[in-house]
Amino acid sequence: MNINDKIRTFIESNLLAFDDDLTINDDDNIFESGFVDSSVAMQLVLFVEEEFSIHVTDEDLDLVNFSSINRIVRFIQQKEQQWNSSHEGR
Amino acid sequence: MTDQKEIKCVVWDLDNTLWDGVLIEGDDLRLKPGIIDVIKTLDQRGILHSIASKNDYGDAMQKLREFKVDNYFLYPEINWSAKSKSIATIRENLNIGMDTFMFIDDEPYERDEVRSEHPDVICMESSKYSELPSYPSLNPRFITKDSKKRRLMYLQDQERKRDETAFVGPRKEFLSSLHIHLTIREAVLEDLKRAEELTVRTNQLNATGKTYSYDELKMYMTSTGHRLMVCEMIDKYGSYGTIGLALVEILNDYYHINLLLMSCRVMSLGIGTILLTHIMREARKEGKKVRADFKHTGRNRTMYVTFKFANFREVMTGSKELIIFENNLDAIQKFPPYVNISIK
Repeated sequence: MNINDKIRTFIESNLLAFDDDLTINDDDNIFESGFVDSSVAMQLVLFVEEEFSIHVTDEDLDLVNFSSINRIVRFIQQKEQQWNSSHEGR
Repeated sequence: MTDQKEIKCVVWDLDNTLWDGVLIEGDDLRLKPGIIDVIKTLDQRGILHSIASKNDYGDAMQKLREFKVDNYFLYPEINWSAKSKSIATIRENLNIGMDTFMFIDDEPYERDEVRSEHPDVICMESSKYSELPSYPSLNPRFITKDSKKRRLMYLQDQERKRDETAFVGPRKEFLSSLHIHLTIREAVLEDLKRAEELTVRTNQLNATGKTYSYDELKMYMTSTGHRLMVCEMIDKYGSYGTIGLALVEILNDYYHINLLLMSCRVMSLGIGTILLTHIMREARKEGKKVRADFKHTGRNRTMYVTFKFANFREVMTGSKELIIFENNLDAIQKFPPYVNISIK
């Protein structure tokens, strides 16, 4: 599974607060559209940390990084790049 | 608050601790003299009980039912695994801190095993059980109507969790099926004991980790420059009692939230965000913005996420690592459709 599918699967199986027949697009704001309710935001953060071995800092905890599937994916990729470049040549 | 951490849950061994004799050896078991009075006394103070015993679950529960004490124990762990593991499972189910547990066992080996895995758990030799009611850590400063009902409320939680696991369908449908009713209102004198209790008991969902005394809360309640709000919740399983508290300082340009906290029993229901939405709406009515104090305590990250995902931004860092959040009220989240909310 790629990152996108992992995030989607997690949201669909754990956080889904919407009707079965609605579909969620990669750019939908998952908080505003009611796909994700605030109570499970913490679960989403913990999932991203554990699944991708990322440390989410205070600055990272921003809707800009978590409000849609695409944004979460981009955020994870950025963190992975940061990690790779800081470990290059070691 | 004193340095002595209040115990929230006492975990009992069974053989030669709760009763004399060993179940699996077919002994004629007898409850230790007076032990039920000890359990009932602590129960009335809002202290929970559970079990960590190496026994057959069915046989042990049968015995507890015969003694008519089975209902006093929440999430009993009766199995053959290490007691440290049993206590970890109980802790997870109750969602309270490891440092609020007391473990009672007659076997030094078992106490050592628990101590080595969980150094924060107070481990007690079982022969001292009759002294328990006089321990300061088992004497909460206030005993409120919520503390007396605490076991019952956890039993309701147990039922709720079982149903949630068994529920097939979207989470929203499950939440709707609970018929949650939340009341947000200004605190009155009768709320203050419970309000103090909430500040003392709540660690994970307290935005500043600060505790407030009854007298401080009373001062804020009567101050015209402050608003002290409480939340009460009921669902189809029964009442949760008072589960949320907010202290707001009313300034010229801001509603400044000094204190925001929620009982960990409602952690998964998004009540913190609902209370924030209410405060933001109230501020907007008066043409003010909202600020909030936050302090990392190592345990309250959920509160940090609640603020950030409700569009709060860090605007400054005050003294003693205090963070000030600000929300310009451009976007205020709606109340979730599955909660029926009354504002009084």
